[in-house]
Amino acid sequence: MKQANPVITVTHVDRAFGSKKVLKDITLQVEHAETFGILGPSGSGKTTLVKLLTGIDEVTSGEINVLGVRMPKLAMLQQIGYMAQSDALYTELSAKENLEFFASLYGLKGGNRTRRIRDVMELVNLQEHLRKRVDQYSGGMKRRLSLAIALLHEPPLLLLDEPTVGIDPVLRQSIWKELKALNHKGTTIVLTTHVMDEAEKCGRLAMIRDGVLLAVDTPAGLLQATGSSTIEEAFLYYGGVRP
Amino acid sequence: MRIRAITLRILQQFIHDKRTMALMFIAPLLVLSLMSLVFNGDAYEPKIGVAPGAAVFSTALEAQKAEITGYDNDESGNAALQAGDIDAYITMKGTTPEIMLEGSNPAANRAVMMALQEAMQSLQPSAAGSVQNQPQISYLYGAEDMKTIDRFGPIMIGVFVFFFVFLIAGVSFLRERTTGTLERLLSTPLKRWEIVLGYVCGFGIFTVFQALLISWFSIQVLGIMMAGSFGYVLLMTLLLSMSALTLGTLLSAFAANELQMIQFIPLVIVPQIFLSGLFPLDTLPLWLQRVGLATPIYYGAQALMDIMIRGKGWNDIALDVFMLIGFSLLFMLLNVLALRKHRKM
Ligand SMILES: Nc1ncnc2c1ncn2[C@@H]1O[C@H](COP(=O)(O)OP(=O)(O)OP(=O)(O)O)[C@@H](O)[C@H]1O
Ligand SMILES: [Mg+2]
Repeated sequence: MKQANPVITVTHVDRAFGSKKVLKDITLQVEHAETFGILGPSGSGKTTLVKLLTGIDEVTSGEINVLGVRMPKLAMLQQIGYMAQSDALYTELSAKENLEFFASLYGLKGGNRTRRIRDVMELVNLQEHLRKRVDQYSGGMKRRLSLAIALLHEPPLLLLDEPTVGIDPVLRQSIWKELKALNHKGTTIVLTTHVMDEAEKCGRLAMIRDGVLLAVDTPAGLLQATGSSTIEEAFLYYGGVRP
Repeated sequence: MRIRAITLRILQQFIHDKRTMALMFIAPLLVLSLMSLVFNGDAYEPKIGVAPGAAVFSTALEAQKAEITGYDNDESGNAALQAGDIDAYITMKGTTPEIMLEGSNPAANRAVMMALQEAMQSLQPSAAGSVQNQPQISYLYGAEDMKTIDRFGPIMIGVFVFFFVFLIAGVSFLRERTTGTLERLLSTPLKRWEIVLGYVCGFGIFTVFQALLISWFSIQVLGIMMAGSFGYVLLMTLLLSMSALTLGTLLSAFAANELQMIQFIPLVIVPQIFLSGLFPLDTLPLWLQRVGLATPIYYGAQALMDIMIRGKGWNDIALDVFMLIGFSLLFMLLNVLALRKHRKM
């Protein structure tokens, strides 16, 4: 099911906090059912960009359209599964209570809710810890629970801010497998990362540095264009560190 | 060396947190000035109504700095007493002066009795002939043995309910912001007013139980005077909690952490306590009395005193009820607007 229109179009977007420009003239498109990675060092503006895509934050200038709708738009939040960079969980509640709470916010009810909770917890391999209080979770477990919550309402668009930080390689692999499976089912995924080897798994990559978009291409395309053997080298090339 | 490092760090933290620093210096000044205004206010001047037959006292009482109002008949005198316009009403029965005290404020009672005693002694011998017996004293509300706690009790109920709900609701809303869950909530299709209303309902349920417990404890366990209906006491404590809850969640938007939330206590709670009627307000400058009219605790305390000491009913507390509902709605509206800071839509 190929869709002609891109899921996200970002056109000449600036975002400034006071006089500090954090994003400068960003233009990019995200296609239907692809995994789109945003790669950049700490402080480069990844989180800022993702928040603009959700509509929680607003552009200073420029325009963002998601699924054909000009952002920000409240109704679009139903179409988006957002995983924040910091785990926003009610630690004094159990995982189940957290899931039930967020499921209700998205309007999931009854048997459907129970089924979705079971499904997403299986997906992140936490089904045995459903009744545990979140303050007894490890860092990686909290990360996975956050991901599970973002998947709850089966959104067509997933915005994941550093989803795999603190998750071990084996589990990370299985999560990537699930994300790919979601892609096949038609879910569009945008995720940020500053882990280079993870970037290679994305369908396409945007490299961003100091709020400037350096390049957008497939990982292979980026390697070829820069004559590099690793994504890391390609990144350094665009950053002007390597000739 | 390590101690020095710690000392330095703490000083640096203070310098970065100008608010805390300002609070440490300015808040005590604020509270102290309020206290000095309250306690150093001019001595309370009792307001005494005089029946036509007792006009003989007027000049003598006026000499004692009492504020005298003459009434044409006992009906208008008693009405003024009930409305709280005067602290006492004096009539003559034959040669015996009869004094009816309003009674709800022990401090006012004392002031009246003192003025009366002095006045009796200073009466001219010519007039003294018509006043032969010791005055007969009775109380409209309260009683001679009314303790100070009976006067303060209703106010303190209001104050404590307000204080704890304010702090707890404020801190928990604040934590929603600092732990990132507020942002997470705002990334769902939840509307801003739904968040505010959700808080009101969630905490509302707790405050029902809290109001029940505090009212029951004060009346049954502490034995604070209770002349009116328990249902009204409950209603007032509940409404007061509601205004505290909405004010707390609103102000938490202006605090960066729990400590800054606590800093609101001397700024928001303590002045309200002083202006609530705990101390006679008549001696305060007029502008400060007006400030009191803009605080929820004032209305809660007035109504609780009316119910518990004076046994009054709906007609007398209706205004206070509507004021508290108004405050709560206003704070909720402002909170919905304050949340715009985090999400414009
Ligand atoms: N609310 C804000 N006010 C002012 N500056 C901000 C705000 N949010 C972010 N910034 C600034 O914007 C820049 C980009 O921040 P952002 O969080 O988007 O980086 P990031 O790429 O996600 O970094 P990381 O990989 O560390 O998460 C930083 O310099 C940061 O200081
Ligand atoms: Mg980030």
